[in-house]
Amino acid sequence: MNHIEVNELSKSYSDIEALKNLSLGIEAGTLFGILGPNGAGKSTLIKILATLIEPDSGEVFINNINLIKNSRKIRELIGYVAQDIALDKILTGRELLDFQSDLYHINKNKKIERIQKLVDQLKMHDWIDRKCGTYSGGMKRRVDLAAGLLHLPQVLILDEPTVGLDIESRNIIWQLLKDLRNNGMTIILSSHYLDEIDKLADKLVIIDNGRVIAQGTPSQLKNKLGGDRITLKVKEFSNQKEAEKIGQILSSIDGISQIIINESQGFSINFVADKEKDLLTKLKVELAFSKFEIFSLTQSQPSLDDVYLQATGKTLLDAEISMAGKRDFKKESKQSMR
Amino acid sequence: MELKQYNLFYLYQETFALTKRLFIQLQRRPSTLLAGILQPIIWLFLFGSLFSKAPEGFLPGVDSYGNFLGAGLIVFTAFSGALNSGLPLMFDREFGFLNRLLVAPLTSRLSIVLSSFFYITILSFVQSIVIMIVSYILGYGWPNLYGLGIVFTTLILLVLFVTSISLCLAFVLPGHIELIALIFVINLPLLFASTALAPISFMPNWLGWLASLNPLTFAIEPIRTAYTQTMDLELVALHAPYGDLTCKSCILILFSLTVFSLTIIRPLLNRKLN
Repeated sequence: MNHIEVNELSKSYSDIEALKNLSLGIEAGTLFGILGPNGAGKSTLIKILATLIEPDSGEVFINNINLIKNSRKIRELIGYVAQDIALDKILTGRELLDFQSDLYHINKNKKIERIQKLVDQLKMHDWIDRKCGTYSGGMKRRVDLAAGLLHLPQVLILDEPTVGLDIESRNIIWQLLKDLRNNGMTIILSSHYLDEIDKLADKLVIIDNGRVIAQGTPSQLKNKLGGDRITLKVKEFSNQKEAEKIGQILSSIDGISQIIINESQGFSINFVADKEKDLLTKLKVELAFSKFEIFSLTQSQPSLDDVYLQATGKTLLDAEISMAGKRDFKKESKQSMR
Repeated sequence: MELKQYNLFYLYQETFALTKRLFIQLQRRPSTLLAGILQPIIWLFLFGSLFSKAPEGFLPGVDSYGNFLGAGLIVFTAFSGALNSGLPLMFDREFGFLNRLLVAPLTSRLSIVLSSFFYITILSFVQSIVIMIVSYILGYGWPNLYGLGIVFTTLILLVLFVTSISLCLAFVLPGHIELIALIFVINLPLLFASTALAPISFMPNWLGWLASLNPLTFAIEPIRTAYTQTMDLELVALHAPYGDLTCKSCILILFSLTVFSLTIIRPLLNRKLN
């Protein structure tokens, strides 16, 4: 039985379809990653889970409670850490946590105890009584995270929590998330950082264009690729025609699969080679026969980026670069304002 | 029953926290408070002096222009404060802080609106009292206890009326630039098109009509009457082109406007907050 069930969720902003019949299930006590490039629909999904926006269609259940029909009850169960850190810069960190405690109806004795515990856990002693306006990005994020944890939520929802953070703050947050998960909290972590999801997530979904394109544990998804990932270049900058020809050569070799032409990396050829077979010698022979020389050949363990590449034909970085020019952040910000 | 008591306590807890936040902001950035006090005091000095040599009986029912002006400036101060009350909410919307409130399991999101009402009402009272004290020191009089009741009742109604409109604008307008621009456009013309600076008898006919329909006038006239030490709410307070209005009628019109505006903004606030 899943702790969180998302069924066929759809959401559009005027002419943009942010989510398209998206479904997923999250087990209790797991750290669940949502991976995808900017603009994939992660933040929309997170905002629906946090009860900030309503979907156009579909259902969400947390603890078997319908999120859309009982949003107030759901708010008692969840803690939310938004992508954009919104602190009141006039208040001190402690005042902000005190304020947040009152919004969650925590009684006076418990709130002092909870605030102090979080100050200790997130190592905020030295600066918690300074005004939020003087904080660095890492400090702000730690206070924001503490605010989301004050009422001991069953589910913690984090939208890109480590974007732009210093290493110290990131490590403190990662450690806290691991501890919370080990203590039974269900954590939903949206990120476009591969290593973050790879290191922290028990399970994950990869979202692209508002749809789930892959889901499972990080190792399951990587193992599905079947072997080591190899990137081949015959020239520093090749072309489509040449790349397609090499692709044909590779597809004739037994043990080579999942061949992808990566246009953004100078038409390099990305493929999976069967670990059991010595394919490199055969590859060189076949290429030489067709009068191609190897310019570069790199072999690596499959990563989540390879999983994404396999599903979409582009790397996460390429997807982000291509999205960067298309998004109107000002318009999106206005649309997300109440 | 126990649940209802809890709900009431929670409503108090969250409203208190939200109001406290606004007062902490005010304490650490008191420029709004100081400007709100200084501006009408400067007006009181300048305008009071401007007509200091006006002949006796120049204005009906008062000894001096300063005496006449006091009520207008008290109302203008409360009005300006209430008109600006949407700004903190607009900034919370723009900077995402409102989402922090909306994700919390508030007993009622009405607490967000209530806190603004409490904050602006208290702020307006403080500013008005300072202006009343300065007026008194300048020799422009002081209302009796009954008059003070009229002053504060009128101010509460005006603050509720204008705050509800300002909060509504904070949700409807796209950003703080637009809200500030609208405040600039509304603020002074409404003051000049009221009986704050001159009685209707001094105005051209068209302006007299405007002034006698202006909500500020319905707040100014009862307060002006309160300064005459009267205990009679049936006294004519406003000689409008459409007829005479008593002090009681002015307060009732203001009350109706307040109820009307609160009724109108309720669906919008429900839609935006729920």
